[in-house]
Amino acid sequence: MNVIPLTSLDLILAAGLVAVLAVLSLMMQLGLAGRLVIAAVRTTVQLMLIGMVLNSLFANVHLVWVTLLAIVMLLVAGREVMARQQRRFGGLWGYGLGTLSMFVSAFATTIFALLVIVSTDPWYEPQYAIPLLGMMLGNTMNGVALALDRLTTNAWQQRGVIEARLALGHEWRVAMGDITRESVRVGMIPIINAMAAAGIVSLPGMMTGQILSGTPPMEAVKYQILIMFMITAGTGFATMAASWIGARHLFDERSRLRLDRLIQGRSK
Amino acid sequence: MGYLNGTLFGDIRIRNRSLSTLRLIELAVLELQPVSFSIQPGECVCLSGPSGAGKSMLLRAIADLIPHDGDAQLDDQKCSEMIPSQWRRRVGYLPAESHWWSDRVGDHFLEPADEGFEQLGFSSQVMDWQISRLSTGEKQRLALLRLLTNQPDALLLDEPTASLDAVNVRSVEAMIRDYQQIHSAPVLWISHDPEQAQRVANRRYELKAGVVQEVNL
Repeated sequence: MNVIPLTSLDLILAAGLVAVLAVLSLMMQLGLAGRLVIAAVRTTVQLMLIGMVLNSLFANVHLVWVTLLAIVMLLVAGREVMARQQRRFGGLWGYGLGTLSMFVSAFATTIFALLVIVSTDPWYEPQYAIPLLGMMLGNTMNGVALALDRLTTNAWQQRGVIEARLALGHEWRVAMGDITRESVRVGMIPIINAMAAAGIVSLPGMMTGQILSGTPPMEAVKYQILIMFMITAGTGFATMAASWIGARHLFDERSRLRLDRLIQGRSK
Repeated sequence: MGYLNGTLFGDIRIRNRSLSTLRLIELAVLELQPVSFSIQPGECVCLSGPSGAGKSMLLRAIADLIPHDGDAQLDDQKCSEMIPSQWRRRVGYLPAESHWWSDRVGDHFLEPADEGFEQLGFSSQVMDWQISRLSTGEKQRLALLRLLTNQPDALLLDEPTASLDAVNVRSVEAMIRDYQQIHSAPVLWISHDPEQAQRVANRRYELKAGVVQEVNL
């Protein structure tokens, strides 16, 4: 590996740029300086921690440790999905719906990639498994959060239309159809756009990182294409599952629209 | 009225249905006392009472759109034993405010309907009209037509003439009466207007302080 190691001084210089930005936003009274500094500190601490975790994980390759880290990542992603919704399901559903969709989709596609495509040995080799799962979860999380937020917001706003259609004898699937489709679309559009722009407008982060660390560009490109496809499939499946199950849970066993199952989340 | 063969929204003889009685059996929702009464085939019952007393809520419960205790029954078929969408199709509930989900009027009608439009003052081109260009009154009349083309066995009407002028009030009342007679449909009609109740209803109930009571017309 012919990567040039970064010293603490290098990072301090980069942090200086953020500090200048913080001072500027203080002077312009943007009300962002505090959040900016906290976020910068968080990114430093969190990434240092995960670096240490990965270091020891690479030194002690064991399925239990990989699984444990994967579960922690999933649970944090599930919390993030829940926090991003203005109206979310109350009780266990609020947390479980997004988390379960992400679990099924992100884990299934990651394991498929490890077993069938990359064929690592052992298949849970953390050097591959953790970054792959991390990218899958990060993108799936965005898709599911967008889709569920749109689903519940639209159901709330269009409750009159939904009930009017139920009253005319439409099945809940039909009465809710436009809204469910719209929420799947909203969840999938970002990744479709990312695929369309990749390489021209943006150089994807993973590929950039591999190239920086000395991987031949064509190898990095092939990995990036693999990742893009995996992310698209994973996000798509998770978004569809979350939207469909969420739509189903907006109705009870007598096909009544049950908006009382939603609670007001954190408003943005 | 020219509907001797019962052709207003379908020929009743072809459909071969029995006459329907609408029964409420201890139907209870939120703060309302349990309600039990029957509406005979072809009978119209007006429901009045102060705003916020729960009249609309009662209609929504009969249509099984909100959770409730007790049951409703059409002929010998109970709401709780029917598939929800079929029950709702049979008890034809018309909300006070009409809702539309597509751009064109015609997209909201399942079967191509041509009956009744003239009677309510629409030309035959109405199916191509844009929803966004309709007035509140036009929407209310079209919502009634949309409901009747479903051929429900009963009608649950929540102030169906609230935003109409006097001429249209009369033509809507006439159309509902025709439907009620040709299909022998029981009708439950929420109205604030005592004169309208006298014109259309056979009996009148009042909903006050959570209790439904029969009162004089």
